Amino acid sequence: MTHSDPYINRSADWSKPTDLGGGSAFSPAEDRLKMAASLKCFLRSGKNAVSALRRREFHRSAPAAVQMTVRDALNQAMDEELERDERVFLMGEEVAQYDGAYKVSRGLWKKYGDKRIIDTPITEMGFAGIAVGAAMAGLRPICEFMTFNFSMQAIDQVINSAAKTYYMSAGLQPVPIVFRGPNGASAGVAAQHSQCFAAWYAHCPGLKVVSPWNSEDAKGLLKSAIRDDNPVVFLENELMYGVPFEMSEESQSKDFTVPIGKAKVERQGNHVTVVSHSRYVSHCLDAAAVLAKEGIECEVVNLRTIRPMDVESIETSVMKTNHLVTVEGGWPQFGVGAEICARIMEGPAFNYLDSPVTRVTGVDIPMPYAKILEDHSLPQIKDIIFSIKKTLNV
Amino acid sequence: MQNMLTIISSALCRITGKNVLLIDLSEYVNLTSAAAPALARTQRQPPKPPPGARVVVSRSFADFTPQATFDIKKCDLHRLEEGPSQKAELTREQGLQYYRTMQTVRRMELKADQLYKQKIIRGFCHLYDGQEACAAGIEAAINPSDHLITAYRAHGYTYTRGVPVKEILAELTGRKGGVAKGKGGSMHMYAPHFYGGNGIVGAQVPLGAGIALACQYQGNNQICVTLYGDGAANQGQLFESFNMAALWKLPCIFICENNKYGMGTSVERASASTDYYKRGDFIPGMRVDGMDVLCVREATKFAADHCRSGKGPIIMELQTYRYHGHSMSDPGVSYRTREEIQEVRSKSDPISVLKERMLSNNMASAEEFKEIDIEIRKEVEDAAQFATSDPEPPLEELCNHIFYNSPPLEVRGTHPWSKLKSTS
Repeated sequence: MTHSDPYINRSADWSKPTDLGGGSAFSPAEDRLKMAASLKCFLRSGKNAVSALRRREFHRSAPAAVQMTVRDALNQAMDEELERDERVFLMGEEVAQYDGAYKVSRGLWKKYGDKRIIDTPITEMGFAGIAVGAAMAGLRPICEFMTFNFSMQAIDQVINSAAKTYYMSAGLQPVPIVFRGPNGASAGVAAQHSQCFAAWYAHCPGLKVVSPWNSEDAKGLLKSAIRDDNPVVFLENELMYGVPFEMSEESQSKDFTVPIGKAKVERQGNHVTVVSHSRYVSHCLDAAAVLAKEGIECEVVNLRTIRPMDVESIETSVMKTNHLVTVEGGWPQFGVGAEICARIMEGPAFNYLDSPVTRVTGVDIPMPYAKILEDHSLPQIKDIIFSIKKTLNV
Repeated sequence: MQNMLTIISSALCRITGKNVLLIDLSEYVNLTSAAAPALARTQRQPPKPPPGARVVVSRSFADFTPQATFDIKKCDLHRLEEGPSQKAELTREQGLQYYRTMQTVRRMELKADQLYKQKIIRGFCHLYDGQEACAAGIEAAINPSDHLITAYRAHGYTYTRGVPVKEILAELTGRKGGVAKGKGGSMHMYAPHFYGGNGIVGAQVPLGAGIALACQYQGNNQICVTLYGDGAANQGQLFESFNMAALWKLPCIFICENNKYGMGTSVERASASTDYYKRGDFIPGMRVDGMDVLCVREATKFAADHCRSGKGPIIMELQTYRYHGHSMSDPGVSYRTREEIQEVRSKSDPISVLKERMLSNNMASAEEFKEIDIEIRKEVEDAAQFATSDPEPPLEELCNHIFYNSPPLEVRGTHPWSKLKSTS
């Protein structure tokens, strides 16, 4: 597609299509989603993607926008940070010689070796504690959980040893660590492997909780997280790993970071504010595209960070649109949407609401296995459209 | 002699900046030597030092033994061909130093007991008296640049790792002069290369292995001493840590302070195997007499050498005893007899054991020990005074120290109108 353009080929490494053939850890569902997503990506991107192909601006010295999957963006972020700071290292199950259970750390062990990329035994509580101890003693570990479901085994180390220590020591002992891994539902992995932990971790003071959506989010936020001197829980999404997105010029720099704690308006609109994080931002944008045909313009806000939450951005948007719908994959009770509702109510935007806030969430059940049941356990685009219309009373 | 002492005195004053008066030991001899009881009754006082001066007893002919070698108990070994030396050398200075350290910890803990009963200290308070030889012996064998982490019975280690008694007591009483500004309390005190004070049983062990990983990673030849109790010895995360430490040859000394009771449960009722020094399986181990500071020191030296030479982790089980209950809310007599406590106190008290050794080898005088006791009593008394009179941390501190190196943020208070500020 874009490979013929010499400027794009300059960062050829990143524009290589992702090789899915090697690992058996991918599901066919992911492939289908990936293809659908690539198409959607072109349809939805603000710029005309076709014109980007046709561009032949020889006077420009920097490469034009490039396609990169979320996986490659994460890989690039870690590679750049490992190179930049000797104290950074990655540890987790299968991160080294296997190239990562989801291939996110592909090539890193080959480049950096045993010292910087460490395969651990299947002992989450132990290796999460070891990572926290290493952070206390001056290193900057990236601790990978194969999925955040397994982080429950280690949650004491994340909360009691990492999150609270700077406070308990009154500033004597910082803990610069990143806990990362896929979060939330995948495809067909059933109840014990599908939980969303955004609300659980975001509940705790002392943690920063980040949830990227696209490749720029993934790269910029992971770099920020690694550079941050505090414990950061970095919630990825397995179904997004293979999805390619356009990467702006700016994001191709080795110093590109996305600030933690600031949301981004992905799509401007006047009629309703739709707030989401991670994979469901895609769903919201799709819903917005459909609704645009009916004359309803949605403002889609990508939270990017769950804690500290950028409530101001949501409030600014709500004060313009007067309606709010939140969309998430997690369960409704005590979730991200519930928190947004509470915060909006407590702030100035409440007076601008023309109707109560609507939460679109995962169904309040453990995740079933059968495809038809699984599909109906999570927000679909039609649920979002329905909810928006209900909120607008149309 | 007097002239020489004057010269040395003034030289010392210039060097140390302190007011020093050197006194010839012979001035004391008649007072303390048992051979002349009649003379002892004459009220012969040594020259009074000027105010603010430190009394330094000089060496003279009727001197103390400067150094002696003691036989110490042999350690039971696991997967080790040889163990630590069975002879420990002790110099007079070292002996007095260890005595001072242990006595300070003892008096500090007893003061904490008192303050707790007066309700000036609240919440959790796990006292270390009886176990002083462990903290003192370990510190004597490692460098200040080495690392140490322990569980909640941490006041002794907080002291040996360099935090003054005053800051420990003030932390217990929750004042702003406490080592953690009153925000941590008994179980959360920190110092350079001392990582607390950890409240969750066993959680400190993976942390300690991680600190050892950092030492190995940075190639600084430092080690980490990771302590846990007989109660924590059954935690799964310990075995996870042992596995990784052995696999990666981390320079970590895992030390089990076996004081025979995990809260109210005796070791026989909690552990299928009470050979804690063998519980590391593939990790070599030693069982050490934890009531003898020299034994602890020699074993720790051996263990430190083992780790520094790249052989990987090692386990030490220190057999010790706590006089108090598990915490201040536990009288400590429902699961053990008062006779048992009394027996340990009379036969194996670590401070008495050291003192007897030094006295019977003429390494110091009873007077000296008494002097030291008086100084320590005063130090602890002053510290307690500070700890009770220092103000509590100001409310402005409430939300600080959530994040490090981050811009100030707003923290929600108890209601929506309460918007509090947090700075790093």
